[in-house]
Amino acid sequence: MPGDGSLERLRREGRIVVVGASLAGLRAAEALRAKGFEGSLTMIGDEPHEPYDRPPLSKQVLLGRAAADRTALPRLRPVDATWRLGVPASGLDMAARRVRLADGDEVPYDRLLIATGVRARPWPHEAEAELDGVFVLRTRDDSAALARRLDAGPKRVLVIGAGFTGSEIASACRERGLPVTVAERGSAPLVGALGGVVGSVAAELQREHGVDLRCGVMVTALEGDTSGRVRAAHLSDGSTVEADVVIVSLGATRNTEWLAGSGLGAGPRGIACDAGCRAFDIRGIVTDDIYAAGDVARSPHALFGYQFLSLEHWGNAVSQARIAAHNMLSESTDRLPHMEVPAFWSAQFGVNIKSVGAPSLGTEILISQGSLQERRFVGVYGYQGRVIGAVAFDHARWLPFYRELIETTASFPPPFDNVDRRPGGQRPIDADFPDPSVPTHGPTVTLSGYSPADRRMTFTPAH
Amino acid sequence: MVRLAVDLNRCQGYAQCAFLAPDVFAMHGDEALLYAPEADESQRARLAQAAAACPVQAVLVDAVDVPADVPDEAVSGAR
Repeated sequence: MPGDGSLERLRREGRIVVVGASLAGLRAAEALRAKGFEGSLTMIGDEPHEPYDRPPLSKQVLLGRAAADRTALPRLRPVDATWRLGVPASGLDMAARRVRLADGDEVPYDRLLIATGVRARPWPHEAEAELDGVFVLRTRDDSAALARRLDAGPKRVLVIGAGFTGSEIASACRERGLPVTVAERGSAPLVGALGGVVGSVAAELQREHGVDLRCGVMVTALEGDTSGRVRAAHLSDGSTVEADVVIVSLGATRNTEWLAGSGLGAGPRGIACDAGCRAFDIRGIVTDDIYAAGDVARSPHALFGYQFLSLEHWGNAVSQARIAAHNMLSESTDRLPHMEVPAFWSAQFGVNIKSVGAPSLGTEILISQGSLQERRFVGVYGYQGRVIGAVAFDHARWLPFYRELIETTASFPPPFDNVDRRPGGQRPIDADFPDPSVPTHGPTVTLSGYSPADRRMTFTPAH
Repeated sequence: MVRLAVDLNRCQGYAQCAFLAPDVFAMHGDEALLYAPEADESQRARLAQAAAACPVQAVLVDAVDVPADVPDEAVSGAR
């Protein structure tokens, strides 16, 4: 109750538990201390490492410019926490307010933040996934193992899946002079996140840099030799690729299994929470003591019709962590909504790709600056007459302008018809996103709810 | 040891950091930035300069010397 001193007590002597010791968990812990939380803070992480930064794992580390075990996140302030690392949480008792750990311990809480994130989706065939030379890339240990193998100079690397991570891996391999084949089920790299118009540019980039890019194919089987090392992959078009390193880059799965049966609204699509990061229970009633942040959360976003979005973005983890921390320690009228415009970046084949908004929700694209041919451009995405996203290839400095168009729900096509005064390219065209009912691992924004305005619910495959 | 991270959503490729601390930051292509997530102690002053000079304040550097709150046993206590 406001004014009854309970918040003051929480601040002074409460127990806050954070499950998930990565970017969102660490930034939330720092924000809690910055806001004057003096009680006990427990950080639970399944990996035996202190919080580290993931973006370098598919870039600097694979290029040999940084070591995977030297990627710990900088500390912005002391968090004075009890760390339980290397022990995953295995259950939640909402009534007793306790988190169960895999080693049998139980940790009581007054407020709980769940930031368990996602994990790499493994190769579906278990025996093939266990072949020596088959990798996924998500964790520090994954990256260290892959970097070691690349150092050894494999004869050919096969990357399965040309989303952002797969494309960055292929880019790093080519920069190191390694022969690379990329197999992508969709029509082009990055097609799920950015559509076919931009995807075709990504495809040209890959081929120009010597990637053997195969689109519209699936890998049907991995084949090992007698000593259990992967030697080849069989593709759906009947061809065979001989490769001694295979990287499975098929997107991610949300880490919510440990919450099964707890009564929390958690499942394969993530943990449903309100715009203030408070988690829903399975009855659709919002809890007031359990919060979610980062890749594992899905929440309604005001800019996108309050549809539930899951965002696997670095910036989203940071901003949701701060919102959750603030709201945990605030009276209801002082709470803040998570309103940040989604944004992400990727560097591959020498090009800086950045995006704002939600391109994957768009249906049309307008190349408003630069040109696709030069691979330096800004593409603006439109949905039902408004600007909903933008992507820049080596044009990052313009993105704040487009972010403002998205924030102000500017009309699409935008009111200007020409930004850099060159002929052509200023008419909106179909952005060419794949059929949403076809599973894709590509989008970094997943629509994981449905709009009340829709007449019927359609199934949107989640990660 | 100094840990750092760059908020590459903010970064707009001004490259001030690459001039001020070239052993830590390097441009990769026209716009993309690569950095060493952990730098030697000898880089601390240059890093502070780079962080201060960044026009969009995208460079995050350790504000805490050593994370004294992560005891070794917690890290090595993994199963």
